[in-house]
Amino acid sequence: MHVLLFLAAGTFVGYLLRSRKNVLAAARTAAMWSLYLLIFLLGLSVGTNDAVVRALGRLGMQALILSAGGILGSVLVACLVSRTFFRLGCHEE
Amino acid sequence: MKNSLVILACLIAGILVGILALLPRGFLDLDPTAYALNALLFLVGTEIGGDARVWEVARKQNARILLVPLSAILGTYLGVAVFSVFVPGVGFRESLAVGSGFGYYSLASVLVARIGGKTLGVIALLANMAREFATLIGAPLLARYFGRLAPIASGGATSMDTTLPVITRSVGADYAVISVVNGVVLTVLAPLLITAILR
Repeated sequence: MHVLLFLAAGTFVGYLLRSRKNVLAAARTAAMWSLYLLIFLLGLSVGTNDAVVRALGRLGMQALILSAGGILGSVLVACLVSRTFFRLGCHEE
Repeated sequence: MKNSLVILACLIAGILVGILALLPRGFLDLDPTAYALNALLFLVGTEIGGDARVWEVARKQNARILLVPLSAILGTYLGVAVFSVFVPGVGFRESLAVGSGFGYYSLASVLVARIGGKTLGVIALLANMAREFATLIGAPLLARYFGRLAPIASGGATSMDTTLPVITRSVGADYAVISVVNGVVLTVLAPLLITAILR
């Protein structure tokens, strides 16, 4: 995906500018605004599509189920790893 | 937390503007998303590249510490794979892509929307927001019942910034480094894994 080229290019430029804190801060602000714009555009593409608007409730439900799965799975494996490799219990005494 | 409310407001504003047809038809055909996404990825890249912690993690190579993000990834995929059975509308691969955000809802949602379509993008946004939200609220409980690494794994990519304060409060400041490393690794891997899974 060519989007990753932009990510890689940014990482390289960011590394070169790593001591220019004010430039990096400005980049962070710009990143936030472009994110707001992107989320707005995502909303716009949803809002202009009646079928998707009607499905919003279901999408939220699906999101919650997948989120619960991700959290539960990651904490269970983390528990296993902390026992095996970090000699830590899963329960606090 | 405040930021995620702003994001949610932007999404709702976009949906309303869309429903009310306030913008000229064909505006989205100009594909403003493509330009904004490229800009965002570049800017996020400068953040990653300019962050001294990232290069520290890359240099240190403490193999054991990397087990934490690894277990977060493995666990997320296992959990999402199992729970995707209860989400008939979303395919297996699509579910994994949603999970690959690891709470990094901003980049994950726009990237997933771009490659996998807007409905999946909305699911990715809400699911990853919920993950951050649940970690912010549930960190002490997770630490109590699943051990000290649990809130870090649950926080995912956000364990380096937004959820770091609640994590250190519930598992101790001595786990701050692990938490940051976990967040850095997952933040870097999230966009890579999403594109790899959905392409």
